[in-house]
Amino acid sequence: MRAAIKNQDFDFPIKRITLNLAPADIKKEGPHFDFPIALGILAATEQVPASALEGYAIVGELSLDGRVRPINGILPMAIEVKQKALKGIVVPLENAEEAAVIKGIEVIGVKSLKEAVEYFKGEFKPDDIASKVQDAFSLDFEGDFSEVKGQEVIKRALEIAAAGHHNLIMVGPPGSGKTMIAKRIPTILPSMTFEESLELTKIYSIAGLLAGKSSLIKTRPFRAPHHSITPVGLVGGGRIPRPGEVSLAHHGVLFLDELPEFSKEILELLREPLEEGKITISRMNATVTYPASFMLVAAMNPCPCGYFQDPFHECSCPPHKVHSYLSKISGPLLDRIDMQVGVLPVAFSDLEKVNSTDSATIRNRVELARKLQLMRYKGQNIFYNSQLTPAMVNKYCKLGKAEKLLMKEAFEKLKLSARAHNKILKVARTIADLDQSENIKEIHLAEALQFRNLDKYFQYLKV
Amino acid sequence: MAELELLVALNMIPYLGPVRIRGLLNCFNTYSDFMNATRERLLSVPEVTPKICDIILEFRKKVNPFDEIERIKKLGAKIITIEDEEYPRLLAEIYDPPVVLYVLGEASVLNMESIAIVGTRKPTSYGQKIAEQIAGELAEFNINVVSGMARGIDSFAHKGALKAGGPTTAVLGCGIDVVYPLENHELMKKIVKKGCVITSFPANSKPLPSNFPARNRIISGMTRGTLVVEAAEKSGALITADFALEQGRDVFAVPGSVFSPYSRGTHKLIKQGAKLVECANDILEELNLRKNDSAEIKEPDLTLEESEVLDMIDYTPVNIEFIVQKTNKPPGEINAVITRLQLKNMITLLPGGYVMKI
Repeated sequence: MRAAIKNQDFDFPIKRITLNLAPADIKKEGPHFDFPIALGILAATEQVPASALEGYAIVGELSLDGRVRPINGILPMAIEVKQKALKGIVVPLENAEEAAVIKGIEVIGVKSLKEAVEYFKGEFKPDDIASKVQDAFSLDFEGDFSEVKGQEVIKRALEIAAAGHHNLIMVGPPGSGKTMIAKRIPTILPSMTFEESLELTKIYSIAGLLAGKSSLIKTRPFRAPHHSITPVGLVGGGRIPRPGEVSLAHHGVLFLDELPEFSKEILELLREPLEEGKITISRMNATVTYPASFMLVAAMNPCPCGYFQDPFHECSCPPHKVHSYLSKISGPLLDRIDMQVGVLPVAFSDLEKVNSTDSATIRNRVELARKLQLMRYKGQNIFYNSQLTPAMVNKYCKLGKAEKLLMKEAFEKLKLSARAHNKILKVARTIADLDQSENIKEIHLAEALQFRNLDKYFQYLKV
Repeated sequence: MAELELLVALNMIPYLGPVRIRGLLNCFNTYSDFMNATRERLLSVPEVTPKICDIILEFRKKVNPFDEIERIKKLGAKIITIEDEEYPRLLAEIYDPPVVLYVLGEASVLNMESIAIVGTRKPTSYGQKIAEQIAGELAEFNINVVSGMARGIDSFAHKGALKAGGPTTAVLGCGIDVVYPLENHELMKKIVKKGCVITSFPANSKPLPSNFPARNRIISGMTRGTLVVEAAEKSGALITADFALEQGRDVFAVPGSVFSPYSRGTHKLIKQGAKLVECANDILEELNLRKNDSAEIKEPDLTLEESEVLDMIDYTPVNIEFIVQKTNKPPGEINAVITRLQLKNMITLLPGGYVMKI
């Protein structure tokens, strides 16, 4: 501090300095106090007019030479400034765009301590950041569904999953393109509202993942943690709890490749966010709740070698290995996954001629279906078909006579488990929504019955 | 006639096979006589080498046939010897029949007409279906379906027979009080109710890999013929088929797709002269047992859409994606049609996204 002040040609007082960080009962941590403290000292020694500082929030880290360095978590602070009705916020220049997302407050981006002092003396006019921010609003995705040749069946399944916000698991042998397909899911999700975008950007701001990227995050996140991830990495944590992958995937997709390779402990941790849409992390110093409402997309091989029950390859796994592999994902987790789809590699010769639906077309259909759901569930505290409670399923997924008959027949002949019942209805509801149909028709139900592919494998285990 | 205790004791001594036991039985009649026999007397038996003699001397003190018999009684099982009425006649004819069999359940089924059904432990859905179907048909004709209660085809054969309400016999490669594989304990209970579970191994024997060929020999030995449903190129089921040939019994095999690795073994058998089997009638015919022709299954009504899709599906697995591309119809529609065809029992859905005619 002394060095920074001196290096910027200010005087550092040769006196006893008392600093009060109020309120005292909160433990204060982080690098962003240097800059305001330095300005405080300068104000106390009348090197900067103290009255000018009134009503401004100041954050930033000081380097030894007096330059102001960027910090994490600007956005939530800017929001706080607005809520407290302060005049503005002085931030490191690199963070200015991020803060300027919040309208109605003055954002002053400075490079150095000197610039800040000059600003308060009225000698420095900062760049108008707010105008820059506006034009950053555009959608750009990596990849498109039209690049996935063939695989229309899976694309259709993902369209349904996206429309109803259903969690989904893909099962298939290695090389069938599960990961490639999954990566493109954000491209068919409806675009984020401003509120969603703000909420997500806040999380990224706290996690310090915004550096270099300006302003708001517009595209839905796609997070694909490796199966070696630690519990803290997944749900968040640390001495001062930071958001984990489940929160970073908020409003987007959490993709877990090779699902059975994740440890049981890790998979258990997913239960709270899948149920509540948020995660509470308790540590000695703080208890924090981060939003974590994501669409879970998982992929897995049917067995360690990948060829269990494959008609054209011999599976090299001993039966008990297959058993223990598949049973890793039974029970509570599977209960929260509405759709199970089989994925198979497409023969190479087919790839050239096939037609391929692109993401934009699918996204339009998804958006229309979501609109229907939003209207239907107004005031119900839910937004998507996947969130329907059993009571709501009875109310909103009514079946006609023919459909009831089909369901009964399907359960008897296809040996479906009881827990599949409501999931099939929810998925059928989404298919009907995609069809802009008020009632679930037979064809919707018939299609929904196809998304129980993993159960097939489990049936084979019950020898 | 040899004493039960002697037979049980001999059967409990490791490294003593049926042939050596037979040699010993020519010289000894009672348990006490055998226990008191000197080394010289044991060596005078032509089948006993010095090494085997050492083993006998070591183990005859350790095994206790009285305890064993008591234990079997407590389990609700019984021991039948090769001289008993209930001992399977066909089994007694082979070169090396076990001298005692431990039986849990209804021993009378052992002398019914019997057919063995064996196959891979990792069957395809096709194999499971046909094993269950043929076992059911045989059971309806009151034929005892014999298998090894292993995972896969064996279990499906037993299940098929049980579903049809028929008798079935499981031959174990472990002690009668050991359930292997563990997941079959429910199945074992059901088999005991309708038929029986047998083994030649003393109580408490573990399912050692070396036990299984000996078990397979009993499976083929107690039946008129052995049907191999699905077997990869190297499969234990083929060992059973080899035993059947050695014992002069018939071998039957179910064909599969030439692309399926699980049908290679059965195709090899067919090439070598095993009879190709499509249904139980093919077996009954060979054994001069007739079955009434059942009524033909009538074709269910199909919509135009359904028959269009059905035309693309074959008896080998077809990727649903392929059907979508060929018909150029939305995948949702195709999925719905597939559900309907499934419910009409025309096709079956395989794990992973394949469909196949049935």
